[in-house]
Amino acid sequence: MTIVEAILLTIVTASTPLLIAALGELVTERSGVLNLGVEGMMAMGAACSFAAAVTFDSTLIGVAAGMLAGTLMAALFALLVLGFAANQTGSGLALTILGLGLSGLIGAPFVGARRDPIAPLDIPILSDIPVVGRLFFEQDLFVYASIVLTVLVGLYLMRTRSGLTLRSIGENHTSANALGLPVWRVRFWAILFGGACAGLAGAYLALVYTRFWSPGMTAGRGWIALALVVFAAWRPGWVLVGAYIFGAATVLQLHAQAAQFGVPSQLLSAVPYLATILALLLLSIRHGRAIGAPGSLGVPFVPDR
Amino acid sequence: MKADVPPSGAPLVELKGISKRYGDLLANDGIDLSIEPGEIHALLGENGAGKSTLVKILYGVIEPSAGEIRWEGRPVSIGSPVEARALGLGMVFQHFSLFDELSVAENIAVALSDEWNLSTVRSKLGEISSTYGLALNADRAVWTLSAGERQRIEIVRCLLQNPRLLILDEPTSVLTPQESEHLFTTLDRLSAEGCSILYISHKLEEVRRLCRRATILRAGRVVATIDPRAKSAREIAALMVGNEVGEVRTDAPHHPEGEILRVANLSMPPAGLHGQALRDINLVARAGEVVGIAGVAGNGQSELFAALSGERPADRADAVVIAGKASGIMGIDARRRLGAAFVPEERLGHAAAPSHRLSENTLISHAAAEVSRSGFILVNAAKRLARSIVQSFDVRTPEGDPQARKLSGGNLQKFVIGREIIRKPKLIIVDQPTWGVDAGAARLIRQALVDLARAGSAVVVVSQDLDELFEVADRMAVIHHGSLSPLRPIGEWTREAVGLEMLGVAQAHGGAHAV
Amino acid sequence: MRFELTPRTHVSPVMRALAPVAAFITAFLIAGFVIWLMGRSPVAAFDVYVLQPLSDPWALQELLVKATPLALIAIGLSYCFRANLWNIGAEGQYVIGAVLGGWLALKTHGTEAGAWVLPLMLLLGVIGGALYGLIPAFLKTRFGVNEILTSLMLVYVAQLILDYLVRGPWRDPKGFNFPQSVTFDPSATLHPILEGGRVHYGAVFAAIAVLVTAVVLGRTLFGYRLKLTGDAPRAARFAGFSSKATTMAVFAISGGLAGLAGISEVSGQIGQLQPSISPGYGFTAITVAFLGRLNPVGILLAALVVALTFIGGESAQILLKLPLDLTQAFQGILLMCVLAADAMVSYRIRFATRGGGK
Repeated sequence: MTIVEAILLTIVTASTPLLIAALGELVTERSGVLNLGVEGMMAMGAACSFAAAVTFDSTLIGVAAGMLAGTLMAALFALLVLGFAANQTGSGLALTILGLGLSGLIGAPFVGARRDPIAPLDIPILSDIPVVGRLFFEQDLFVYASIVLTVLVGLYLMRTRSGLTLRSIGENHTSANALGLPVWRVRFWAILFGGACAGLAGAYLALVYTRFWSPGMTAGRGWIALALVVFAAWRPGWVLVGAYIFGAATVLQLHAQAAQFGVPSQLLSAVPYLATILALLLLSIRHGRAIGAPGSLGVPFVPDR
Repeated sequence: MKADVPPSGAPLVELKGISKRYGDLLANDGIDLSIEPGEIHALLGENGAGKSTLVKILYGVIEPSAGEIRWEGRPVSIGSPVEARALGLGMVFQHFSLFDELSVAENIAVALSDEWNLSTVRSKLGEISSTYGLALNADRAVWTLSAGERQRIEIVRCLLQNPRLLILDEPTSVLTPQESEHLFTTLDRLSAEGCSILYISHKLEEVRRLCRRATILRAGRVVATIDPRAKSAREIAALMVGNEVGEVRTDAPHHPEGEILRVANLSMPPAGLHGQALRDINLVARAGEVVGIAGVAGNGQSELFAALSGERPADRADAVVIAGKASGIMGIDARRRLGAAFVPEERLGHAAAPSHRLSENTLISHAAAEVSRSGFILVNAAKRLARSIVQSFDVRTPEGDPQARKLSGGNLQKFVIGREIIRKPKLIIVDQPTWGVDAGAARLIRQALVDLARAGSAVVVVSQDLDELFEVADRMAVIHHGSLSPLRPIGEWTREAVGLEMLGVAQAHGGAHAV
Repeated sequence: MRFELTPRTHVSPVMRALAPVAAFITAFLIAGFVIWLMGRSPVAAFDVYVLQPLSDPWALQELLVKATPLALIAIGLSYCFRANLWNIGAEGQYVIGAVLGGWLALKTHGTEAGAWVLPLMLLLGVIGGALYGLIPAFLKTRFGVNEILTSLMLVYVAQLILDYLVRGPWRDPKGFNFPQSVTFDPSATLHPILEGGRVHYGAVFAAIAVLVTAVVLGRTLFGYRLKLTGDAPRAARFAGFSSKATTMAVFAISGGLAGLAGISEVSGQIGQLQPSISPGYGFTAITVAFLGRLNPVGILLAALVVALTFIGGESAQILLKLPLDLTQAFQGILLMCVLAADAMVSYRIRFATRGGGK
């Protein structure tokens, strides 16, 4: 394997959790709910998946536990913002603080443990194509799943009735309620989907990307996923593009640090965060305002009488 | 649930003893109402009489506290709009239940049952459109459409489900006179085909044109069920309002003198993604006169208001001249200090902060009111000011200094207009002064505006209510697509001429701008 | 099943005042349950977390030490949150305040510089925090970039800047390669209020901030401007309050106070720059601000209460082997309970079942 191939492979691995988490958040936001708790749900997904995978020595159980943890966290958020019509920004922040703390508690006994790498899923023949073959057709299952998920989310939103209902509710919940569309039910499931995806992304981080647990290992990826949704103007295809650009930025700065260009490593470490700000800035300069944002995004829903 | 063969003679729908209570307020109080198959039945009443509550109960949006609904003689429970539609009810809301960013076809499909999809909607849309003359392009995004076109979506949405009963809530409030007439033809035709219609309105002429039976609500109760053609407009109005509402006195001599407001070639790009641009607006208001600006909603009224008030300044100082000062690039505060006052369309959230007390709400026009000194709030002065507004403008309040949202629409409107009039501004610009306000308050507000003009101020009234403008305005212009027609004395306008301007038909030969 | 929310027509002031108390008690019960789940005694934990610190003079002092930065930052955040603007990057502004103020301390280290050093350091701390806070405000007002994400991203950047400085150019050459600066001179040190005590003059700044803010928010047009901007933004524009100016002002104020907290902490408690100078004060202050209902006096009380959980957390780690993360988890639960209590004050909530389901 050449160094270039290795770098490209790690880019795919670094991008996948961003992609999965951002897709989940995209669906949540398209239903009109802003969940700023992605970072917390992701951390919980990572901690719980790693704890379960080590305890039961099963990656599958680990992944399931991670998704469950993310979903439960999301359910808590749903209770706050749907049940109590609580402030969505505040509730999302609370979810992040809680998730980072709880994940530390859950992960503490597992600091120092390691998991074996997961065997890549080799697609015969196609994977024999030079360079491209290994890159695209010899990845782990999650990578394929994330691509399929992108397509499915796109099809769901734009081609199905249920997706149309979800978009309508996100666009204008007052109209949707007047027409009898189930605002709460749809938002509840959309929030849970977002949580499951964030949990899965966390599980991927812990079980595939690093293969160990350390507190705070999500390192702002949840927030970057949130920025990706804005950057992608709430469209799944662009989330894919954005996730890979950010994945590349993350990996390249790591390699640049290793290569020791004489640039302070901290500056390189700051690249993903600065790039996020820059991306949001460029987007706003081009389009004026956040284009494509669902009309009811972040507004608590209290039906009028 | 749906009966195939109606028991003979039973009305299509019958409401018995419907009540709805919100805390201390009884919005509907034992309402009985029945509608025959093919009948166009009017539901008449003032703002706040309980009409909207009643139809929302019928359409399953809210749950009644008591009472029974019978559909073709059988008791039914309508738990949601979905169930209402399954039963054969269709509803055209006053505030459209549309989704701006979605296409026409998507807007229709989302409200239909599961067997519909976008392609079946598209094909059926063409059919319905041509049958009823309701032209619509399936792929346009809703935000690009006019109010009339938007209403068509709502109607088509209902018609696609072959409704047995169509409910229309104040459908003509956003239409030009010509569009309204077109709507009536469609409704007549539907009724002839056997579809019942419940027509909610407070405009008597329309009701007399369309309906043979009208149920009149007042303060949540049915006060009469009548044949609107057999009663005079005055009699019906008395039933609706409960007591005689006087007319606004405008007969005082009117000698306009001196320009207070001059708008010269004002053009503005659209503010947001979906805003309306203003094109070359020219307008003069003189001391002592009321200038009316008519137009269908969404033709640039709020943009014009923002440009005149300075909420969104123009790029040229001389585009807006207030009391002789070129103030086009001034902010709203500076314009207030020149003696101008403003009342926007939205009472809650724009003119007043819902959760703030009336005394705090006086601070909103702080630039021109004596409620602060060197940055500090004069709490007692603000309280005194609020009290004197409440007294001078007959604002009925539930407590001494209540939150703005606790006032009824009419009382809050009296407060926000009073807040500006009480300081005797040289110029006042009011957007939709009596929108959603009860008749008593509306009369008081119109009288106060006319009195202010007669006392030597310039008054500009932007309104969708033509009756109102014909009542108070001395000169009038029509706004359409961000352009303003020439300003003419009110006596030179006919309803028909206004309608043509609203449609933009007369624009072609309206080249010269009168002043 | 579905929820029914009806806005309450009348909210008694008693209920408003009791809501945070109820939230706090609920959060304690939940945390106790979590501790019980972990196989520890909630009663013992309560003793260590709450009772012991409150009955120990040393711990009481420590309470003030921890409450000082929390109150300073939360007071600043209350300006933002009242105007419905979301500065969640106070942690970064705190760090930059410490860095800029610390720079002067290092510059004057070992010189004969006089008494002017400390005031100038504090001023630089305020300026540093304010300027750093103005970055997201500028991006928002000028380009419409969401301030939540930018202010948060800038926290990571600020921490990396500090990390770079104390490992690189500002490292103490005689420090055995430890990533830390030299210890500040006495002229660059914020002294304790009482000789030999731990509470330094930062506590006085916090008290002043509380008093000034109480006047500003309650009695001035600027205070009303924030309230109006938060409650009814269109009405605020109608009142002639430019939303851009408001945004810049509140970010500068909250950034400045966070910066002041940062430089006070570094010059008063830590005495030098090191990679980690905050146990997450900037984020915890968000909880403090909400727990105090964005009211200056409420925030002061909330800061003391939350500081208790920091101290309790430290002793619980030693005495009960409960990880420090429990403190953070508790703060998350607390914030959730506060928001839920706020909502319950504003709405009547009913869980209803009805045929058909919506």
